[in-house]
Amino acid sequence: MIEIKQLSKHFGKLQVLREIDLSLEGGQCISLIGPNGSGKTTLIKSILGMVIPSSGTIHFEGKNISREWAYRNDIGYMPQIGEYPENMSIGQVLDMMKDIRKIPENLLDTELYEKFELDKMLDKRMRTLSGGTRQKVSACLAFMFSPKVLILDEPTAGLDPVATEILKDKIIDEKHKNKLIMITSHVLSDLDDLVSQIIYMQDGRVMFHKSLVELKVDTGTNKLSKAIAHIMSLKQELSKETIYE
Amino acid sequence: MSKKIIKYVITDLLRNRTVLLYTLVLLALSLGVFLMEDNIDKGIASMLNIVLFVVPLVSIVFSTIYLYNSSEFIGLLVSQPLKRQSIWLSIAVGLGVMMAFAFFVGIGVPTLIFAYSASGLMLIVAGLLLSVIFVSLAMWTAVYIRDKSKGIGLAIILWLYFALIFDAILLFLLFQFADYPIENIMVAISMLNPIDISRILVLLEIDLSAMMGYTGAIFRDFFGTGGGMFVTLGVMLLWFAVPLWLSNRYFKKKDL
Repeated sequence: MIEIKQLSKHFGKLQVLREIDLSLEGGQCISLIGPNGSGKTTLIKSILGMVIPSSGTIHFEGKNISREWAYRNDIGYMPQIGEYPENMSIGQVLDMMKDIRKIPENLLDTELYEKFELDKMLDKRMRTLSGGTRQKVSACLAFMFSPKVLILDEPTAGLDPVATEILKDKIIDEKHKNKLIMITSHVLSDLDDLVSQIIYMQDGRVMFHKSLVELKVDTGTNKLSKAIAHIMSLKQELSKETIYE
Repeated sequence: MSKKIIKYVITDLLRNRTVLLYTLVLLALSLGVFLMEDNIDKGIASMLNIVLFVVPLVSIVFSTIYLYNSSEFIGLLVSQPLKRQSIWLSIAVGLGVMMAFAFFVGIGVPTLIFAYSASGLMLIVAGLLLSVIFVSLAMWTAVYIRDKSKGIGLAIILWLYFALIFDAILLFLLFQFADYPIENIMVAISMLNPIDISRILVLLEIDLSAMMGYTGAIFRDFFGTGGGMFVTLGVMLLWFAVPLWLSNRYFKKKDL
């Protein structure tokens, strides 16, 4: 569904992505993990067209996305920090997105909207909302138009446990509908039961892209968090060795 | 351009307290001047100084701050199925319309009521053009500079340049070259500053140009004619279009 070839990006002298090759298919829930500053968000933003790659290509369903915009009809994006015009109400923000997407009202997926009970605070201004409520609005917007691809940047940060559970159930539902879901998150335990593939990034490189089963076999542990910790410690030892040399 | 985004930018700005305050301050100032001053031309001359100082300052600084505060939201819009160009131009139109609207309510309407005259109309046209020109300059500042405080700093410096420094340099040159026939060059140089163009246009309408001596006569010769007026208007439109075009060109390639 998404093919990334030799993707590189630098901001000035800083190399953020180095020759990334990835192939992402539907029906998967992919967790994108890596230390801070490893290029996760830049990778996501490249797919969304928010960051223009320095070199390399991204193909979405066979089409190069460079200078394209219509392909984003099929992507739902939930940003890390959802900032909205502060004087607009929740209702207006939702209306605006519906206007932009031009999808008829009866085809909208309003499950999250109902479960998060946003209908009770439609008139609240965005500036008065807490971080968690903003996240709920962002999540609701990402899922509302039933996109084929969902890109969630730190979705559970700031959400309370109840909301996190609702979101998790929703993600699992969508995965069963053969959609591609990409999640970045630092909080591993939240994701254990959804993830089917792991992409581990470090210093702008994809260190590996494996299914969860493979990873557990390879590392000999049963829990995702342990497997990741195992990998991270290995990587650190490796980099220390190179320094000593 | 997308009508929806323009609509929502305007809805957001209509409820913005700074815009409301700006409108009310302009309204208070213009009512104060026009109610105290019986002579229309003198009233316009007083208003002119307010318009040339306050309107550019608020237009550029407010728009810059608004753009920086909206940067996350602009990023979200870019992730939606929308063309980048239509996002950027819609925001420009939204901001421009709102700043022009605030000026029109605050100064335009009182001027039309208390000082309906050729000079009054020229003041309104000049103020509307200055509003959108400085919004366009703000779009340019905000797109090039990532850091908010630096961006606002540059916006203020640009305003200082157009409102004060440019005139200081001009005066300096005027005294240095006083012995030479530089009147025609002065007309050309004044085109480099939209605030100066506005000042000259309005002053010529109130017939204060007589006080400007020989230069005034040259200005009158140039700006007083249809052709000169046409060129001037064209230059003002360039002051609006060029920064906006540059900012749009950069925005299309910008990483958000």
